[in-house]
Amino acid sequence: MIKVTYVAHDGTETVIEAEEGTSVMQAAVSNDVEGIVGECGGSMMCATCHCYVDEAWEARTGQRSDDEDEMLEGAASEVTERSRLSCQIKLDPSLDGLVVHLPEEQL
Amino acid sequence: MSPSRVVIVGAGQGGLQAAISLRQNGFDGAITLIGAEPGLPYQRPPLSKAYLLDGKAEALTLRPASFFESKQVTYLPDTRMLEIDRGACEVRLDGVGGDRRLGYDHLILATGTRNLRPPIDGLEHAFDLRTLADAGRLREALAAPRRIAVIGGGFIGLEFAAVARKLGHEVRVIEAAPRLMARAVSPAMSRHFEAWHRAQGVALHLGRAAIGVDAAGVALDDGARVEADFVLLAAGVRPNTELAEAAGIETVNGVSVDAQLLTSDPAISALGDCASFPDPRSGAMVRLESVQAATDHARLIAARIAKGACPDYAAVPWFWSDQGDQKLQIAGFAGPAATEEVVADGLVARFDAGGLAAVETVNNARTHMKARRLLAPGGSADLAALKDAIFA
Ligand SMILES: Cc1cc2nc3c(=O)[nH]c(=O)nc-3n(C[C@H](O)[C@H](O)[C@H](O)COP(=O)(O)OP(=O)(O)OC[C@H]3O[C@@H](n4cnc5c(N)ncnc54)[C@H](O)[C@@H]3O)c2cc1C
Ligand code: FES
Repeated sequence: MIKVTYVAHDGTETVIEAEEGTSVMQAAVSNDVEGIVGECGGSMMCATCHCYVDEAWEARTGQRSDDEDEMLEGAASEVTERSRLSCQIKLDPSLDGLVVHLPEEQL
Repeated sequence: MSPSRVVIVGAGQGGLQAAISLRQNGFDGAITLIGAEPGLPYQRPPLSKAYLLDGKAEALTLRPASFFESKQVTYLPDTRMLEIDRGACEVRLDGVGGDRRLGYDHLILATGTRNLRPPIDGLEHAFDLRTLADAGRLREALAAPRRIAVIGGGFIGLEFAAVARKLGHEVRVIEAAPRLMARAVSPAMSRHFEAWHRAQGVALHLGRAAIGVDAAGVALDDGARVEADFVLLAAGVRPNTELAEAAGIETVNGVSVDAQLLTSDPAISALGDCASFPDPRSGAMVRLESVQAATDHARLIAARIAKGACPDYAAVPWFWSDQGDQKLQIAGFAGPAATEEVVADGLVARFDAGGLAAVETVNNARTHMKARRLLAPGGSADLAALKDAIFA
């Protein structure tokens, strides 16, 4: 199992464990973590799974794709260099302990 | 005064979203969510896509069981509403959730659709693809090499065809209209997908109606036969409106609602696949089968119930269909009379009297997102404005 910490906009932390291969979005939704909507179920259609990867993890989560970049333009909150669509980050052992921050709004 | 007991009938994408949004909006009354299907509410789009390949049912679940406890939503799975008693403000239930009556102050109809069963002989040999149980049966069938016939060249039939072909099955699609996805996309986009499916080795029988199904395949209206040992029926759906109709609620191709998504009875709202609502851009009554419509409708209804008032429905429609590596994205909604303008390969703009109505793209998220913004309420873009936005 891979541990992920979601830091809500107000600072509240939720720590969950998810199976390898699950996306950061899916892990949040299945554990009822508020702040990630994931309306399109990971089809890169909705940008309601926006998150900011913690600085310490940036190198390991990889780059966002061109399509992801375009979809993020539709995100409800500010997009920064650390913005990702959490449905596009798949959990693997190298991400055990991952920390992501959640935006104020997803819609 | 806001109602204190909300009953939501239909625990699919929209019904569940209504429950989620009611609590997000601070509604503190009782919420009962009634669903005819067993298990937790799940999303359907992957049923004709990833799920057929990976079989991961858990990944479809929209919210875990803990959600219903923590948010105090009473969820009654495997329970069917049999009747709406508007006089008594009660619904009559049957199934695991009990054979009983349940009172409501506000009722939300989120009953979705069911597969259309056209009058074709031997249709009992054909499989459906609407529910998780249906998709599970299809997965089992796809485990052995098959000759497959798909009746219906719409989104679901074609998504299934693409997956089945990828798995190495022989696939034939029978479509009564002269082109694929004829109700939903432009002729140019139909041609794009026609060429793509043919290139994958999918045989297409366009303009041919299926008139009979048996254990050995499908008979067509021109006397030809499509040999198949497996038949999928994907010939469209019918909104589940019978109970509303029986209760005297207005229905025309869906439960009719106004711009506040209220039915002809102000104590009852309707949403998603089962609702016919005024298109914010054209005012025409439309019924959309999409995740976007179901969830955006649910959010408006929840906000209205929780806060007592809300602006009229104004969301821009969006839709996607993954057929193999071809991701079709549609921003906006084009009625049957809309014209088409092919802007580039895999990029079609649709226009009507009000200007730009919809933009269809393939594997082009950039243009799709720009189109969604152009179509936002109040705008009326023309072709030049669209090109400016895309090629800027
Ligand atoms: C295979 C497939 C692929 C799809 N792909 C896409 C896609 O790629 N993109 C997209 O945007 N959309 C897609 N859709 C459409 C999308 O899933 C629907 O538009 C959406 O689920 C509609 O939500 P809803 O809440 O209106 O209805 P549903 O999600 O269908 O839920 C309705 C529920 O109500 C229940 N019900 C009905 N009558 C009663 C009753 N009397 N009592 C109790 N319960 C009742 C039904 O059992 C059902 O569970 C797809 C649909 C299918 C079937
Ligand atoms: S879940 Fe929709 S874009 Fe990530």
